[in-house]
Amino acid sequence: MGEQLPALIVATPLLFSFAIYLAGLWRRRLCYPLFLTSLALSAIFSLWLFFRVMIFGPISYPIGGWEPPWGIEYRVDHLSALIIASVATVALLVGLSFRGRVEGETEPSRWSQIYALFSLQLCGLLGMTVTGDVFNLYVLLEIASFSAYAIIAMGERGAEFFAFRYLIFGTIGACCYLLGVGHLYILTGSLNMADLSRLLPPLYPSRALLVGFALLVLGIGIKMAAFPLHTWLPDAYTEAPSSASAFLAPLSTKVASYVFLRILTGIFSPHFSLTSLGDAMGWVALAGAIFASLMALAQQRLRRVLCYLIVSEISFLLMGVASRTADGLRGAVLHLVNDMFMMGCLFTGACAILHQLGREELVALKGLCRKMPLTSAALLLGGLSIIGTPPLCGFFSKWYLVLGAIEARMWHIVIGLLVGSLLNTIVIFRILEKVYLGAGHQHGRLYWDGLPKGMVMGLVIFSLSLILLGVFASEIVAKAIDPWIPL
Amino acid sequence: MFQQLLSHYNYWFYALMLVLGLYGMISKGNLVKKLVAMNIFQWAIIFFFLSIGAKRGGDIPILPEHGHMEVTARASEFVNPLPHVLMLTAIVVGVATTGIALALILRIYRRWGSLEEDEIIGRLKENG
Repeated sequence: MGEQLPALIVATPLLFSFAIYLAGLWRRRLCYPLFLTSLALSAIFSLWLFFRVMIFGPISYPIGGWEPPWGIEYRVDHLSALIIASVATVALLVGLSFRGRVEGETEPSRWSQIYALFSLQLCGLLGMTVTGDVFNLYVLLEIASFSAYAIIAMGERGAEFFAFRYLIFGTIGACCYLLGVGHLYILTGSLNMADLSRLLPPLYPSRALLVGFALLVLGIGIKMAAFPLHTWLPDAYTEAPSSASAFLAPLSTKVASYVFLRILTGIFSPHFSLTSLGDAMGWVALAGAIFASLMALAQQRLRRVLCYLIVSEISFLLMGVASRTADGLRGAVLHLVNDMFMMGCLFTGACAILHQLGREELVALKGLCRKMPLTSAALLLGGLSIIGTPPLCGFFSKWYLVLGAIEARMWHIVIGLLVGSLLNTIVIFRILEKVYLGAGHQHGRLYWDGLPKGMVMGLVIFSLSLILLGVFASEIVAKAIDPWIPL
Repeated sequence: MFQQLLSHYNYWFYALMLVLGLYGMISKGNLVKKLVAMNIFQWAIIFFFLSIGAKRGGDIPILPEHGHMEVTARASEFVNPLPHVLMLTAIVVGVATTGIALALILRIYRRWGSLEEDEIIGRLKENG
């Protein structure tokens, strides 16, 4: 069974999404247990796959027995194994908090649909990380995007409108990606990533290839919400149901960032892609980090603040890539993983607050620590990790990012990282000040914050994982990231 | 120069459609028009892929059954089927996108009673 794992982690959530929908037609109560089973199975398979790759090295899996490069190849190396394991774990932890929450904010007739869509979303995300075929990646990208559009549209207050805008934006992104794939196919006649990376180097001077590269980067740039292509993200994720933003926000932009790294290093040679993107990427990322942090300062709703923080974290990651050093890339990958957990923690916290208070304006959070100490602690840990306080995980990834930038003598990136982090500090403390020091009228400590058990469990495990990821940061870098570093 | 322009007319057509679609998505305020523009954009890419597979005088890429020995087909005589097969998938994706977009448009119309972007944004602001 071990060698079937790459196919299993995609097939399991896919089949379960049909099962969930059909079971929902019969008994609505069955949906959530089935959904949780789907997440748990995916997580088990993903962790198994992760350890298998760590011990035995990269795995290549030909779908249907068609040998690559003719058939579709699923390929799991150290980087994708790490991302797969984190995606499935974060999805499971977020999924734990859904009982009571999803039921509270959507109509009963939609429960089966929303759980089926979440499972489908996970299928798309895991598929994107595991596939070694550029066209298959496009299809899985669209599967993930479609389920995201539909889930977001289930929210209140004009969510459909923002979902429609996201759809237009997302389709432009996917089409650009497809056009880039077309360019690569014309030039090489291959769609397999490993094959492409062998065939492309003699073609690097070609202008058609450069256009193809630019289209791929542009398309994925939209999906990963890289500044200045991020405009769809804050509206869509704020108006979505809170459970949906907790599921989508930590995962979908990060998986797109993984695809970005894969294009830069797995399809093209890192030297070619990083010199083509050049210094421009560093400056754009710098502008993005500062702009997004400033925008986060101006927001009044918790999830909107967090959405802009996502954009600024993505910019940090891009700065690491732009520094063109091994340490910068280490930092970028580590930040990718850490950010999934940090955002998962913060968005689950936002979920808990919405569950208890029914609103998320920052003003409403005054004195929250007296009423919901547990949620406040999760927000505190998540926030401190975003800022980069040791020993939480955010510190270590930023440490590598700064090291990489110093090694490359790109002082503007060093300054950008530090100023961006400083602005993030202000953003986070604006929230924490309300939560811990605000003189609110919220009294009466609730038993377990008045939350469903699953949500409490999710919050606690998320908070602990931030510390654990920090403690084991050097371990993760040495075992899982270093074997991949292409520089 | 002119010769080259004419002989690659399908690529010019695709580029024109691509730009038209993009223009429509950006400039039109009506959501249905945006959707139509998005479809044009997607179809442009499908045309692009179809063009790269097609050949003048190319045959359908099916080999009649002759046993195994005799068949030495020359690739230049046949249309390249792979881009066309890819586009089957892309068409399905396009149909699914349109379906979701239409469903969203229905819901938007039911809630706001309008499909003009400015009006919807105006009302969203009123509601806070």
